[in-house]
Amino acid sequence: MKHWNLVKEDSGIVVATLDKAGESANILSAEVLVEFSQILDQLDLYQPKGLIIRSGKDAGFIAGADIQEFTLLDTAEKSRALVARGWDLFNRLAAVPYPTLSLVRGHCMGGGLELSLACRYILAVDEPGTKMALPEVMLGIFPGWGGMLRLPQRVGPTAAFDMMLTGKSIDAQRAKKMGLADDAVPPRVMEQAARQLVLSGQPRGKLPLLQRLLNGPLKAVVASGARKQVAKKARQEHYPAPYAIIDIWQHHHGNALAAPEIIERIISSPTARNLVRVFFLQERLKGFGKESAVKVRRVHVIGAGSMGGDIAAWCALRGLTVTLQDQSLERIAPAVQRAQKLFARRLRDPLLARAAFDRLIPDVNGDGVAHADVVIEAIFEDVAAKHALFKAVEPRLKPGALLATNTSSLKLEDLRTVLDRPDRLVGIHFFNPVAMMPLVEVVQAEGADPAMLQAACAFVRQIDKLPLPVKSAPGFLVNAVLAPYLLAAMRAVDEGLTPATVDAAMLAFGMPMGPIELADTVGLDIAMAAGQQLAGASQAPRCLQGKVAQGQLGKKSGLGFYAWRDGKAVKPAADAIPAGLAERLVQPLIERAEQLVAAGIVADADLADAGVIFGTGFAPFTGGPLNMQQASL
Amino acid sequence: MKTIYVVDGARTPFLKAQKGPGPFAASDLATQAGRALLLRQPFLPSDLDELILGCAAASPDETNIGRMVALRLGCGEKVPGWTVMRNCASGMQALDSAIANIQCGRAELILAGGVDALSRAPLLYSETMVRWFAGMMGLRTAGQKIGHFLKLKPAALFLPVIGLMKGLTDPVVGLLMGQTAENLAWKFGIDRQQMDAFAVRSHQRALAAQAAGHFDEIVPLVDDAGKIYASDDGVRADASLSGMAKLKPFFDKKYGNITAANSSQITDGAAWLILASEEAVQKWHLKPLGKIVDSQWAGLDPALMGLGPVHAATPILQRHGLGLDDIDSWELNEAFAAQVLACQAAWKSDSYCRDELGLPGALGALADEKLNVDGGAVAIGHPVGASGARIVLHLLHVLRRQKGRRGIATICIGGGLGGAMLVENTQ
Repeated sequence: MKHWNLVKEDSGIVVATLDKAGESANILSAEVLVEFSQILDQLDLYQPKGLIIRSGKDAGFIAGADIQEFTLLDTAEKSRALVARGWDLFNRLAAVPYPTLSLVRGHCMGGGLELSLACRYILAVDEPGTKMALPEVMLGIFPGWGGMLRLPQRVGPTAAFDMMLTGKSIDAQRAKKMGLADDAVPPRVMEQAARQLVLSGQPRGKLPLLQRLLNGPLKAVVASGARKQVAKKARQEHYPAPYAIIDIWQHHHGNALAAPEIIERIISSPTARNLVRVFFLQERLKGFGKESAVKVRRVHVIGAGSMGGDIAAWCALRGLTVTLQDQSLERIAPAVQRAQKLFARRLRDPLLARAAFDRLIPDVNGDGVAHADVVIEAIFEDVAAKHALFKAVEPRLKPGALLATNTSSLKLEDLRTVLDRPDRLVGIHFFNPVAMMPLVEVVQAEGADPAMLQAACAFVRQIDKLPLPVKSAPGFLVNAVLAPYLLAAMRAVDEGLTPATVDAAMLAFGMPMGPIELADTVGLDIAMAAGQQLAGASQAPRCLQGKVAQGQLGKKSGLGFYAWRDGKAVKPAADAIPAGLAERLVQPLIERAEQLVAAGIVADADLADAGVIFGTGFAPFTGGPLNMQQASL
Repeated sequence: MKTIYVVDGARTPFLKAQKGPGPFAASDLATQAGRALLLRQPFLPSDLDELILGCAAASPDETNIGRMVALRLGCGEKVPGWTVMRNCASGMQALDSAIANIQCGRAELILAGGVDALSRAPLLYSETMVRWFAGMMGLRTAGQKIGHFLKLKPAALFLPVIGLMKGLTDPVVGLLMGQTAENLAWKFGIDRQQMDAFAVRSHQRALAAQAAGHFDEIVPLVDDAGKIYASDDGVRADASLSGMAKLKPFFDKKYGNITAANSSQITDGAAWLILASEEAVQKWHLKPLGKIVDSQWAGLDPALMGLGPVHAATPILQRHGLGLDDIDSWELNEAFAAQVLACQAAWKSDSYCRDELGLPGALGALADEKLNVDGGAVAIGHPVGASGARIVLHLLHVLRRQKGRRGIATICIGGGLGGAMLVENTQ
């Protein structure tokens, strides 16, 4: 066999190791599944004492199905066959007379978890990398290989829906606690534990009575509750898959094959196609910087304001040693406090949180520059101040160190004039809030050193963000497309619509936040300046001028288009939304994106879509603004 | 003998114990001071040969705190870290152990210092309670357990042993440290007024030094709530003789002289020095603060432990043919005002110098103007393990400021020991 390796041990246990040829991670391609059915054929004859299924990859257990195969599903028949392939095979696995165990170490996603669920036992290896999830919903599809049948049976429908409808991943400890895994063990005893457990004859623990009732007579109650939960997050017309998951569980015992019309509808939906596209766009962004061998250990961030401080905290969270410089410790201390909250929330383990805290070093004198692999400038937007800073910093840089600016509104070409080596300056532009936004624009000024740009992309990958290479131009990609969109939204307010109505229209369109609320969040003074600079607006919208003149600057001043309480906008009810409003407001964004692609600011339309989705949260089910435009033509 | 350079040093502000545990664990203090100090060096933490940390009152979850801090400082897995304990001189012992390892060629570049977070000293169960818990272990039936509960004496439950008091009690002669200082006051006829005057002076000198910016060895701390701790918080601007006079004797209740105000303060803090060989100084182009020329340990009656500095510093002076006055500046750790005054008195005493030090007569007077010019532990505090390192570091700063050449830092040690180091300004 090409992808599996079978070892029969003296004890009568068979260990099947998946090591997909030619890949660094295991995926359940058609070939892999065919070979697995051959294994089951062999074992029908041999009748082992037990079967252990494990991975031969360092990278993890199984990353899921082969997503490339989805893109080839052009007929209903092919879709049905793809579902049947895994559904039938895993049913067969679930029915074998000998005990089976899935030894899960590292990521165990989608089809990988469905295979594990078809085993009698799941043994999770307790390491940070071990994550179990059914993320199909994020690709606009459903876990059709038995996940919708077996996950609710194993952990109860409440927990199962929590996983299936959000795609969230579960670590080893949590998997054990919720009954998904039979045990969670450290790697040092996993071999012995797997063999003991598979031969143990230990029966599966029964679900609590309530969960059994919810899985049976009370199914309708669960389903209706789950639909309500989903409706709060995703509209059915945008995201049909979660609704389909609930339907298939409630009416078809988790068997999608019993509802061919749902398979047809979901798999051929534009949403599924677009979300798969977004997945591949994300993979493409992850590929930037691969050519660079740069391995960053120490980062120096100058400017401990909300951006600089949060960039520093994020880098420390991702394992780098970070020195954070500002004019006084009093300016750095608030960033340290925010960082501590981030570490506690993200790392949970207090020892890991303490280690991150230790890695974030306040550095009033800027001593960290001399040892830094990356220096990021994030001070206020003033050319003279940045010049003075660069002049002081450059002579202290290590040879080969990356010098970056987080500027969003100044031209790199103007900033680098004071440098001895102007070609070394790159833009590394983060978005606010740093911890939430996956995209980072890597900005190339005219004549910049390509090695520095690659190193910048590699650094962005190292801290687990998505790098998007863009050329130096006002607003780069993301802010440049947002500005005309926000202006259009405010002009609609000038025309008499209420802010809440405008925002409601865009939420209905599928945006994560309405444009007026976004402007309030950014700050109306900044929106005004950006509008002038980026949208070429000769005249700012009247409503915006009025607010700024009155000092109502949005979230930061407590009052803008909305009143802000406890960091949240107080929104009055929206009026009826005029037909075509959303399309009208989003049109300037699309046109701007097209112009930027044409001008070469971003390399192609796919990358523009990727940038706008990951940088603004632009409705992912559309596949991005340019993809949407293309589809509507 | 190789030359031992002190390249640089830093300490935390010393934070006086308030009610309850302070904001930082000992390893937090050592980490924050250490990372600030290492940051300004031309080498990386991983370039150190080893790290040695003195700690007298280690917490149960900071076992081998030296290794723990080495890892927390990002020295990497390969840099060994270890912990030394010589009570009040643990920090000085760390320096001496570093000197020894450089002398014998085992290391070239060492981070050494001391730390203690005395505010976090534990409360312990009394022996009665420990026995009660042990008795519980073997019991099976509910009846047995109920019977056992009836034997529980609530008084024992609510009277924990204060770990800090245990640590400040001599384990051989059973005296509290303050009681050994009462012995010295009695022996040399030091009265309450003299002690209080000394304590007031310590505060005044520390206050003046703060105002003049003479504590630039301090690096500020930030806690996880973003609060900044920038300076020693036990120094009192309102210290006065009349205020001091109101306090009741703490150790020999009612009839004694030693009070909380004329003793060193219970404090949290850490102090570090970087020690280097000649080779390391050249390799990294370091600009040393000074060098440590000699060190000495001495033993004496535990009931008179406060005279430790007399016994440790005298042999150094003799070895180098120096008198008390040939030393430009002294740091004599102020465990108790009475104890420092007693050291001065002992050196002035013909009989003490003859009988206890084997000298022909009195060594002489240690001038007040040269002694603890920026105040001492009475004002600044005495985080036991850190003090020995602090006085060496501060002494080097004083010598540099006053353009002095030689200095001695010396400390008394609970259990009947003294430690001393002779340093030289190289600038």
